[in-house]
Amino acid sequence: MTAATLAPHPTTPATSDARRSWWSDVWLVLVRELRPVVREPFSVVFGLVQPLVFLALFGPLLVGSVGSGLPAADVWLWFVPSVLVMTTLFGTSTTGSNLQDEMSSGSHERMLVTPLSRSSQIVGRSLKEVVPLVAQALLVVLVMLPFGLRPAPAGVLAGLALLAVLGVGLGAFSYALAIAVRSQEWMFWAVQQTVLFPLMILSGLLLPLETGPRWMQVASTANPLRWVVDAERALFAGDLTASAVAWGFLAAGLTAVVGLVVGVRAILRSTD
Amino acid sequence: MIRTRGLTKDYVVSRTQTVHAVRGVDLDVAPGELVAVLGPNGAGKTTTMRMLTTLVRPTAGTATVAGADVLTDPAAVRRRIGYVGQGNGAGRFQHVVDELVVHGRIHGLGARTARTRAHDLLDALDLAGLAHRKVESLSGGQRRRVDVALGLVHGPRLLFLDEPSTGLDPHTRANLWAHVRRLRAEHDMTIVLTTHYLDEADTTAERVVVVDHGQVIADDTADALKRDLAGDRLVLAVARPSDAPALAGLVAQVPGAREVDVDGTRVTARVADAPTAAPHVVRTAATAGLEVTEVRAERPTLDDVFLALTGRSLRDAGATATPDDEAATAAAGKDAA
Repeated sequence: MTAATLAPHPTTPATSDARRSWWSDVWLVLVRELRPVVREPFSVVFGLVQPLVFLALFGPLLVGSVGSGLPAADVWLWFVPSVLVMTTLFGTSTTGSNLQDEMSSGSHERMLVTPLSRSSQIVGRSLKEVVPLVAQALLVVLVMLPFGLRPAPAGVLAGLALLAVLGVGLGAFSYALAIAVRSQEWMFWAVQQTVLFPLMILSGLLLPLETGPRWMQVASTANPLRWVVDAERALFAGDLTASAVAWGFLAAGLTAVVGLVVGVRAILRSTD
Repeated sequence: MIRTRGLTKDYVVSRTQTVHAVRGVDLDVAPGELVAVLGPNGAGKTTTMRMLTTLVRPTAGTATVAGADVLTDPAAVRRRIGYVGQGNGAGRFQHVVDELVVHGRIHGLGARTARTRAHDLLDALDLAGLAHRKVESLSGGQRRRVDVALGLVHGPRLLFLDEPSTGLDPHTRANLWAHVRRLRAEHDMTIVLTTHYLDEADTTAERVVVVDHGQVIADDTADALKRDLAGDRLVLAVARPSDAPALAGLVAQVPGAREVDVDGTRVTARVADAPTAAPHVVRTAATAGLEVTEVRAERPTLDDVFLALTGRSLRDAGATATPDDEAATAAAGKDAA
């Protein structure tokens, strides 16, 4: 057993009442969440498997069906934005499972007994989603360049920003779900899977909704993902001033605001 | 340091069932005390600690912790206390030193100060060689010491330890307590801990608060509780069963004797001071022609105290927890988010 002693801390009063700003709290949470991702980026690379499989196996089918008669480059301009939104959807909607893990281990409880504001813990975690999803999206775009993808550079940058906003919202919803079903963990995956696929199909990600039945077209208008997908396609095509872009940012922004509000309310109510 | 009055927590389990997990607890803890809250599973000790650490909102009553009200100023409570919960506080995928630095920063330390403080704690808790290890790669005992380090990183004057040694082997438990005791002596900390290890409460705490069914049923030093509530136990045996009643009659005359019981050749009784009474009884028995073949003076344990208070053994109480207790435990678990 060690004989080392712990010197009394010279600068920290034991009952320090020093307050930080809310943004400092968010920053601390963000950095803590990002550190394992940066240190071991395997999860970011692993997250690329799914989009690359879709591009490799589903892309050629599109070229031969809906894209018939179009040059492959145009099909990629239609489909790569879809894949980026899909990657964002899958990546961020599952992130609540990380919080579930921390809830069951005791790490989340430990954070709740620190001076960090409750809301900063949800906002910081949700903002963290931006880094892996933007990194993955950039890699997908780079991988597709040799296959004929020629997006507008400014559109790509704006598209990444749009994905980031969407990812924050979806991540916040995922955390809120994890907290809401904390006493029945299996419910997380049941709800996530139940919501995920209707959202994806009704966004026109994989196949154009224009050729679908009328009721699907109507239902898709209530799906924020559909507006984001349309916006991403317009941006990649270089049509930065299209109304679809404005609608996309509005939908993503609303998703982020509502997601964060729901997430913050969930964590605040969790200790009542 | 802590003052509660009528602290209560009810969980509404269903429309027809409300579980009263904590029922009007009054508790005062002075600065520098080391208090163990002892009770069986579902007794309400963890729920009480969760209320004091702002993890759970009380249903009724008041609580002031480290000078701040848990209901009206929970943020101030969190700034002033250290907390080591039942689970592992450090994130699985974090490196040990990073987690300590982040928690130091969370408590307002500057980056450099937090790093220095983290390394000081790692040295003090025998964790220096593990600073850059991922938390999930540590053993149970090492993780527990990291948890203690997290609770101490900001130098709190009040530290809560919720069953800190559960699941650890005896050697690791002893090691952990040696560290905690030393750090406490160096920093003059007040410590409140919950435990269901009887020996831990007995040897570690200067004061034991016994809770059962959500209420405080005893509150004193371990020695005083054992002396006043349980008493020593005197065990004697005679060669012939026919002599046992006569021996029991002699034992009954010992000062403070009660619960005198005859079982075959064996006579047991609670007495005020067994080591003093034993030779006296043996001498008197010899004078009366009774052949005493066995004599044992046993000091009481906290389990004897619990038995005297509730009629149940604390060792068995977890297994015999009532449905209400179990529902309360489940409901409290839901609050862990």
